[in-house]
Amino acid sequence: MKPVLLIDFGSTNTKVTVVDLESERLLGTAAAYTTVQTDVGDGLAEAISKLEAQTGKLDYVERYACSSAAGGLKMVTSGLVPELTAEAAKMASLGAGAKIIKVYSFEMTEDDAAEIENAKPDIVLLVGGTDGGNTECILHNAKTLAGVKGAFPVVIAGNRNAARQCSEILSPTHQTFICENVMPKFGQLNIEPTQKQIREIFLDRIVSAKGLTKASELISGILMPTPSAMMKAMRLLAEGCEGESGIGELLAVDVGGATTDVYTIAEGKPGKANTVYKGLPEPYVKRTVEGDVGMRYSVHGIVDACGIAKIAELSGIEKNRAQEMVDYLGSHTDALPQDEQWERLDHALASMAIDTAVTRHVGKIEEAYTMLGVTYVQSGKDMTRCRQIVVTGGSLIHTRETDRIAAHALFDPQNPSSLKPQRARILVDRKYILAGMGLLSEYYPEIALRIMKRELSDEGEQVSAMTQTAPQFTPDMPSGCCGMPV
Amino acid sequence: MEKKTIVIGVIGADVHAVGNKILYRAFLDAGFNVVNLGVMVSQEEFIAAAIESNASAILVSSLYGQGELDCRGLREKCDEAGLKDILLYVGGNVVIGKQDFSEVEQRFKEMGFDRVFGPGTLPEVDIAALHEDLHLDD
Repeated sequence: MKPVLLIDFGSTNTKVTVVDLESERLLGTAAAYTTVQTDVGDGLAEAISKLEAQTGKLDYVERYACSSAAGGLKMVTSGLVPELTAEAAKMASLGAGAKIIKVYSFEMTEDDAAEIENAKPDIVLLVGGTDGGNTECILHNAKTLAGVKGAFPVVIAGNRNAARQCSEILSPTHQTFICENVMPKFGQLNIEPTQKQIREIFLDRIVSAKGLTKASELISGILMPTPSAMMKAMRLLAEGCEGESGIGELLAVDVGGATTDVYTIAEGKPGKANTVYKGLPEPYVKRTVEGDVGMRYSVHGIVDACGIAKIAELSGIEKNRAQEMVDYLGSHTDALPQDEQWERLDHALASMAIDTAVTRHVGKIEEAYTMLGVTYVQSGKDMTRCRQIVVTGGSLIHTRETDRIAAHALFDPQNPSSLKPQRARILVDRKYILAGMGLLSEYYPEIALRIMKRELSDEGEQVSAMTQTAPQFTPDMPSGCCGMPV
Repeated sequence: MEKKTIVIGVIGADVHAVGNKILYRAFLDAGFNVVNLGVMVSQEEFIAAAIESNASAILVSSLYGQGELDCRGLREKCDEAGLKDILLYVGGNVVIGKQDFSEVEQRFKEMGFDRVFGPGTLPEVDIAALHEDLHLDD
């Protein structure tokens, strides 16, 4: 036996997963309550002892860890136009596994500078302007940031013509890193070099700053922030690796207590020839984080998004009572469902968390009437043809209603402009192994993939929760017809 | 000479794609950095692209007759967005029906466009105008 220990240092829980490399099997999982204030090593030791109570004493050949402890990787980003370079900076940071505190656009003010100082970010990402484009904004923001106290490094990934100058302005007060522009040409996204840089900084600086070094002496390495591990796992599951095929394009949702994260591994290009694409191109591996959508800390955000009437309708609980219960959960963030009524409430909340987060993540299509007939305008990813949804998070994995809750990630005829999957197989991460498999995939992708394919429980195919009709927007133009006038 | 950047596109709910591609090619060959926004471009998209790319001119095409409605307020929005004195050109079938071109030209100039080009204008004419207005040959 060759057991490998995979550790996820979370902000409240340390989760451990152990797999055997020889038999390619999952041996067990366990979790223990932790705080970074004490010592992450304590939580880890407790989690391991719980684990070994199931598996017996193990002699680990390797140990790897990911971390979202101590607030995760906190980032502030700054760009020029909100829907262009500022959006590109946001996508780059989210894709690197960061937690974004705030996105600034245009020129920063003194107040913004004070806000950043208080927020104590781990990294600031400074972008703006296409190559050869606007330099004023990024130079102004570099000057503003230079005056902000704090030990954060600044990643500069804007107009290349201003990069060196930004670095000179910032270097007396902050460490700087220059990367390729996140948007070198208008509408062209280039976020990988920045993501690579963010990850390197995370490994070099953040891990030690967060007091995780004590734990890291025990393990072979802290490899990445937890969201990056999730993303790696999802990408591997979709694409496969040498020796093992993937399952194809997918959408994944992680409903947490404070946030709901959505991942898509898909091109999401327009499906019809007479569709015009608008806005920034979307990354093939896309992550979004809804900071106002979560089952406890952000429970009010779910209600703000969908209305208490919807929660009452889904849960069958009277409106005023439902509101009371939601208020209780918001202030008792460790509460677990006490009886069947509380369970129904949690199901309704989780359903709406998924609905809201997935609707915000996927693209939209709108009809536009032109002199030459109907044209469709798409922005964001078209996920209607995606046939697989992976779900994780406590509210989804500790219930038998997972498929009904997860069906809210599907296309809704009431909201036909949102390009959610029309029907999909629901895969559930019942044992919470995804982050661990992302870690394992760094060295043993084939084994990680085979374990995921085996362990993700298949709840069967779901069709849109409401009806089974095809979406209204489907144009009846024959495919291959260009539909464009000359 | 430093390359000048221009932003081009077809405004409004107009999907005429071919002329846009011809112009794109012609401007590239003439030595400009061209940000081509394609068809169905809103005023806001023209402005956002011009800000990021530090463009010297926005060239708006309109073929379907609604150009006058679509173009109204573009100059004011440019001013508001800090694009003071950016060159604005418009060209194509910018109004409905057969109207006297000099009147049409006058109307668009009052809306803040620096130059107005009628139907059938060849790219060379626009390029010559850009050279003149951006003082490229000085």
